[in-house]
Amino acid sequence: MVKICTANEAVKDISEGMCIMIGGFLGVGTPEGLVQALVDKGTKNLTVITNDSAFPGVGVGKLQDSKQMSTLYTSYIGGHPESGRCMEEGDLKIILTPQGTLAEQIRAGGSGLGGILTPTGVGTVVEEGKTQIVVADKTYLLEEPLKADVALLKAYKADCHGNLIYRFSARNFNPLMAMAARTVIVEVEEIVEAGAIEPDNVITPGIFVDLLVKGR
Amino acid sequence: MAQMDKRVRIAKRVAKELHDGDVVNLGIGMPTLVANYLSHGVSIVLHSENGFLGIGPEPQAELADKDLVNAGGKPVTIQENGCCFDSAMSFAIIRGGHVDTTVLGALEVDEQGNLANWMVPGKRISGMGGAMDLVVGAKKIIIAMEHNNKDGTAKIVKQCSLPLTAKAEVDLIITDMAVIAVHQDGLYLTEIAEGTTVEEVVAATGAQLFFSEDNLGIF
Repeated sequence: MVKICTANEAVKDISEGMCIMIGGFLGVGTPEGLVQALVDKGTKNLTVITNDSAFPGVGVGKLQDSKQMSTLYTSYIGGHPESGRCMEEGDLKIILTPQGTLAEQIRAGGSGLGGILTPTGVGTVVEEGKTQIVVADKTYLLEEPLKADVALLKAYKADCHGNLIYRFSARNFNPLMAMAARTVIVEVEEIVEAGAIEPDNVITPGIFVDLLVKGR
Repeated sequence: MAQMDKRVRIAKRVAKELHDGDVVNLGIGMPTLVANYLSHGVSIVLHSENGFLGIGPEPQAELADKDLVNAGGKPVTIQENGCCFDSAMSFAIIRGGHVDTTVLGALEVDEQGNLANWMVPGKRISGMGGAMDLVVGAKKIIIAMEHNNKDGTAKIVKQCSLPLTAKAEVDLIITDMAVIAVHQDGLYLTEIAEGTTVEEVVAATGAQLFFSEDNLGIF
């Protein structure tokens, strides 16, 4: 059985300087309750790994509004004007990464891999400072794995063992991040009894999940 | 020509490049119009990089589902042949060559098929999102854009001056004035828009165009 708690209890051990992965794509599939709890707690100097900084007042955008991040690994900041401004002024270190590379870095982090080789970014500013490896006459960039202290995720339903299913485009980075963090906290819309989700339909195995929070 | 007419002309011409059964990713903005002008009998599968295949039309506002948006964050529907997956699968579909065609806008395209469409130095940066993966991974890259910038300067140039999205990946450029194929040895003008002259296209283009005046199509 996975422990079920409130959002505030779930984030209580997140401390200054930690690295946090947060699921979602422009706020869809982001655990709003957990992000809000982290905003309320006010922990600063966080390194965040997430697809995008969403919009002001939405999803990860709330942590941009409250200036709790010191480093951000992401693919897109165009929805939140403050992210671009903070990057220009040096208030926030932003590592912009192609979205497919970011997904694979996280997957590698959770899969025991030493990185991945991708053709994406060759011949662009993305290749700067990275090792290039030629395989069968094609050039690839070595992209290193990403891991985190905590993952804050959103799923549609969990059973009491933490097995997860998602809805539509709210899945995105969540199943990948579930594998790549030491502590995995998942906000779900519904918690059902064991066996209520067919084993064949489980997307994220419950063994990855540490805490469940009932959200909306 | 009015702005909207230009966009429709481009979208209609791009639509002719799509074949029945193609898996297609349409970029945000004008490329999404292409889906409205598919030829009769052509049905395509639209890929959404946030994690599904089978994008359907925009729903009525009251039927919008909070969990179902396109890559621009706008509510959409999913067709009955659709399916959902995570971001690693989504980009495996892209990078693995399983997307037949992607249609994207551009800031600059050059003679080598280099593309710049993600940042302008000195302007606020928004990030590349999925654009770099799409341009590297899709089998065919179509650039759909207005032929020139609003100030009249060329977008099709000898060599891109802006930071690149990808190197030597563009296959076809479709504008309100022309259709231009990118080959290894340069740019080949294949069609001009109705009401446009070859001289106008050449004058509006900042790169050398190869063509045979007798074989030029009109669209």
